[in-house]
Amino acid sequence: MGEQTPFESPGAATLYERLWTRHVVAGDPNGRALLYIDRHLLHEVSTPQSFELLRANDLSVRRPATNLAVPDHAVPTRNRALPLPPGLARDQVDLLRRNCGEFGIELLDLDDVRQGIVHVISPEQGFTLPGITLVCGDSHTATHGAFGALAFGIGASECGTVMAAQCLWQTRAKTMQVRFDGKLDDNVTTKDLILALIGQIGAAGATGYAIEFTGDAIASASMEARMSLCNMAIEAGSRTGLIAPDDTTFEYLAERPRAPKGKDWDAALAYWKTLKSDAGAHFDKTVVIDASEIAPHVSWGTSPDQVAPIDTALPSPAAGSRDAKAQDYMGLEPGKPLLGTQIDFAFIGSCTNGRIEDLRKAAGIVKGHKVAPHVQAIVVPGSGQVKALAEAEGLDRVFTEAGFEWHSAGCSLCVAMNGDTVPTGKRSASTSNRNFEGRQGPGARTHLASPATVAASAIAGHLADPRKTS
Amino acid sequence: MKPFDTLAAKAISLPDDDVDTDIIYPARFLLITSRDGLGEYAFADRVAGGDTRIGAGTGAPILIAGRNFGCGSSREHAVWAIADLGVRAIFATSFGEIFRGNCANNGIVAGVVTEDVAETLHAAAQAGDRIEVDLVGRTVACSAGTFAFSIGEAERESLLNGWNETTRILALHEQQIARFEKRQRVAEPWLWANETEQEITENV
Ligand code: SF4
Repeated sequence: MGEQTPFESPGAATLYERLWTRHVVAGDPNGRALLYIDRHLLHEVSTPQSFELLRANDLSVRRPATNLAVPDHAVPTRNRALPLPPGLARDQVDLLRRNCGEFGIELLDLDDVRQGIVHVISPEQGFTLPGITLVCGDSHTATHGAFGALAFGIGASECGTVMAAQCLWQTRAKTMQVRFDGKLDDNVTTKDLILALIGQIGAAGATGYAIEFTGDAIASASMEARMSLCNMAIEAGSRTGLIAPDDTTFEYLAERPRAPKGKDWDAALAYWKTLKSDAGAHFDKTVVIDASEIAPHVSWGTSPDQVAPIDTALPSPAAGSRDAKAQDYMGLEPGKPLLGTQIDFAFIGSCTNGRIEDLRKAAGIVKGHKVAPHVQAIVVPGSGQVKALAEAEGLDRVFTEAGFEWHSAGCSLCVAMNGDTVPTGKRSASTSNRNFEGRQGPGARTHLASPATVAASAIAGHLADPRKTS
Repeated sequence: MKPFDTLAAKAISLPDDDVDTDIIYPARFLLITSRDGLGEYAFADRVAGGDTRIGAGTGAPILIAGRNFGCGSSREHAVWAIADLGVRAIFATSFGEIFRGNCANNGIVAGVVTEDVAETLHAAAQAGDRIEVDLVGRTVACSAGTFAFSIGEAERESLLNGWNETTRILALHEQQIARFEKRQRVAEPWLWANETEQEITENV
């Protein structure tokens, strides 16, 4: 393959191929492409070594304005009015501040209402746009694919490369279409759809593929719901989850602070409307799921593909198998129903489900009820703006009156490196995206579920079906 | 980066499937901002749970892993920690994609082998066999035979030469990048709003 011509797409192309071709700067004989990267998000945890790479090679940041930084992973979500206590987290946030200052990168700092989880704040600010390439040293960067952006997670070294060169060598993925036909049941969400998909194809089922989500259930979904879905593409092994932009996308973006304005908006819109897969486009693989048949899903193991509809029984795996080991870690008995499994923690938040619509949904179920006395329940808005909006709508009171804690924005219990943690052996119903061993604290046991399911479970005190609560 | 030449050494067998980067490098150690000495925290929770197969002090230059090794979080710390244990080559039937890319950027060979070969290599590692890695020929050998492994051609070339991807892109492609930018400025001006020509630094 020689040098490819940018700004031209072949005949019948998928959205992924279209975005890819548009960003090719150069090709190499090994079939890779040097892709131009339009936007880069930074957080405190994955970039200290990236800036070191710049220093070690005496490089500067090529286009500072294409970078946006925010602390989210390590920051405590309690007592945020106070300065961070001395320690590694404060040092790390200070380092991000210094690095951004030195290299001319904009930082949304802890006292800024726009601060929050990278994947929540970027769309909120209109930093994420259709048609762009966007990277971040974070595997959940696929979230931004909900806007029709080619977005993928990278390592810290690559973050340094992007800052210096605005480009990355990439190998083109195969394409997979995942079509969700039909309409979702009440209190069943796109979180349940993605868990069902991962359960079906496996944690490595989409490795090497870029997924495009299509179908009625996607067309009728809000941007928040689409982001929850694309967010977890990586849990099926895919770095990229895409949805073609449509009126829902454009409405979401209009008037966002960093979205194009005036004449630019019109020109952008005209281009964005071309961003879809052609009718005759070839996908290397297609998976079809009837969304109307999907029940709320809950994970029962230590990999996101160990998941089942909430109204079914746990599998009875062979002794010594991967599933048996997972059930052992989780303290679960084979064959028992998932419903009714007692929980100790309930967590509503993260870049999967910490957006305003998630909080509205959960509050709707919580309203007028109390959290079971043995459950510690917390709500962590995905950003300062989500928090402010929720407070303006009175959602914080619905949660606190029910017995939930109401935190400031951050990753919190999704990653348990910020002071929020589930103790060893305790069981958590969580709206986050990973049920890995130790993810919510050493020895913690995580059940992934939707905000509706977690809210219903917090009140019941055990894993509960949200379809039967409200 | 040090070029990768041949490697003949003992190997660790870790046949578990879906070993994610949270297992390799638990999140709470991500507060550390250096990339050196991270082997101390490698597999920390597994080690604390009594797993003696891998972790600080148990290094061997080759690691034979299970399916989907390094899935999950993009944290490069997982690779730095493994590198700090002395690992220079990992073989598995599949890898998490971001992890695999991170390996190449840190001089580690991440080779994909078939189920059968994986089984043979696990047995060899457990028997204390020496395993030989030939990156030029893309083969891995033990007393049971010599087997092919696959690795991206570009990764292979980069590993063999010890290239620094960043400076290499800048040295070879600066003009193409500038040309691309010029065209995008016209085609998609909204991506360049408020950014003047002077604001672009040419790292050459
Ligand atoms: S909320 Fe969780 S998954 Fe999302 S960016 Fe933070 S740590 Fe990563």
